[in-house]
Amino acid sequence: MDKCQCSVHIKNLYVKKGGHTILENVNLTANHGETLALIGKNGAGKTTLLKSILSKNNSGGEILFFNSKGEKIFNPKIGYVPQRLEFDHGAPITVMDIFCANSSRLPVWLGHSKKLKKKAFEMLAKVGAKKIADKPIGKLSGGELQRVLLAFALDPMPDILLLDEPVSAVDRNGINKFYNIINSLREDYHMPIILVSHDLGHVFKYATSYALINHKVIETGKASELPESENVKNTFDLNLCLKEEILWK
Amino acid sequence: MEIVYSVLETLLPFSWTEFTFMKNAFLAVLLIAPLFGLVGTMIVNNKMSFFSDAVGHCALTGIAIGIMFGIENYAVSVLGFALIFAIGISSITESGISSSDTIIGVFSSAGIALGIVILSINGGFAKYSGYLIGDILSISKNEIKLLFVVLFIVILIWIFSFNKLMLASLNSDMARSKHIGVKFYKNIFTILIAFIVTVSLKWVGILIINSLLVLPAASAKNISKSIKGYHGFSVLFSLVAGISGLIISFYAGTSPGATIVLISSVIFFTTFFINMTYNMN
Repeated sequence: MDKCQCSVHIKNLYVKKGGHTILENVNLTANHGETLALIGKNGAGKTTLLKSILSKNNSGGEILFFNSKGEKIFNPKIGYVPQRLEFDHGAPITVMDIFCANSSRLPVWLGHSKKLKKKAFEMLAKVGAKKIADKPIGKLSGGELQRVLLAFALDPMPDILLLDEPVSAVDRNGINKFYNIINSLREDYHMPIILVSHDLGHVFKYATSYALINHKVIETGKASELPESENVKNTFDLNLCLKEEILWK
Repeated sequence: MEIVYSVLETLLPFSWTEFTFMKNAFLAVLLIAPLFGLVGTMIVNNKMSFFSDAVGHCALTGIAIGIMFGIENYAVSVLGFALIFAIGISSITESGISSSDTIIGVFSSAGIALGIVILSINGGFAKYSGYLIGDILSISKNEIKLLFVVLFIVILIWIFSFNKLMLASLNSDMARSKHIGVKFYKNIFTILIAFIVTVSLKWVGILIINSLLVLPAASAKNISKSIKGYHGFSVLFSLVAGISGLIISFYAGTSPGATIVLISSVIFFTTFFINMTYNMN
């Protein structure tokens, strides 16, 4: 996998909504084996950027995807983990229902085929969620649900993984567990990962690079250099020494 | 049809099966109940019960306009109006300008008011009041055949679109990442609701139709954990309430539609308390 060249290139991206420019002149690259964190204040356009990659819905510029051989792909498989699901917590939908709904034509109200169940168990095992396959999704903890959604995003194995504040409703233990899985995925499958996060501590600890966004790209750098950045310090009004602030988290 | 009748008489040798209108009504219930049970599951899961209610109300405008212009088969104008209102409501809701329950409330009241105003132009609304509570006993042989075709179509649509619809309703961006045409499936569902409401309106009635869509699924939701159980219970409750309500109404001389709704409500509260006791332990 050393020669893998899968990547995503964002070139001169513009997004306008209702007369307002939300993003302009965005140029970013996420390479093979990289976790790129998008950071910035609320309303800076981080989620919009992620959604443009997802829906290829932008006002100008282009987003290009390349596979492991460096060839351009036009219909990339995208894995997406949303911040949350909009569902009624009493809804009788099990984890297995979600998996089989995605990979089968057989409507889940008629049941699940054995073959698909086996496959779903394999996917869930990757995120340590095999035991909760038959639980209704409303009964899962925040961390369990996000790991299930991560497993769901990996089926089929995507060319790029997008995470939109994936741990905002997860407790401390769950957060570590979630990001450890992300890191091992990056090591095993090497797909580029783009992460939106408001937590600089997580970015420093788990991402490989960052891009500071405020309607355009203010600065990019390695995640390990994050604490030294004056721009980051100014954006987030950090009075303390940034490094202490990040590590303290 | 004659064969079906004689089968019914042999299987159910009761006094109510001697009447053709009761046999027709019984067959109609057997067809409408699973229809409502199936589609109701998604209405309840997506918190759309207010929406389907509004579609029913708007259908009254369709009836009124059909009658005003002397359209013989009013189903065309009802379906047209139900669709216009349904798609109107969902597109305004999606634009995010106002909250969805406000918009639905406005459409719902405007729809029923416009219908009543048109129908009462010459002061004669009373003869149309049948549309409010429906009359399942008036169903004809041909209409039963039509219902059979409708049930068949709805089951087919439900088989082909349920999985995608369910994923789209959980998170539209996530569904898009799986290359699911979210808008397409949501529109199919909206059209399906308008279609079902239109087809069954005459026999079920505007005031009652939504209870039949919502109650069996809501009861099933109380006691199921998976989608399969949810659908099974929903169709089962819908059938049990429909058949027993029809028979009880025959002997008690009450309105069949309202009797069915009452039994559905009893089932709802029973499952509600089962769920409560189960969850407490």
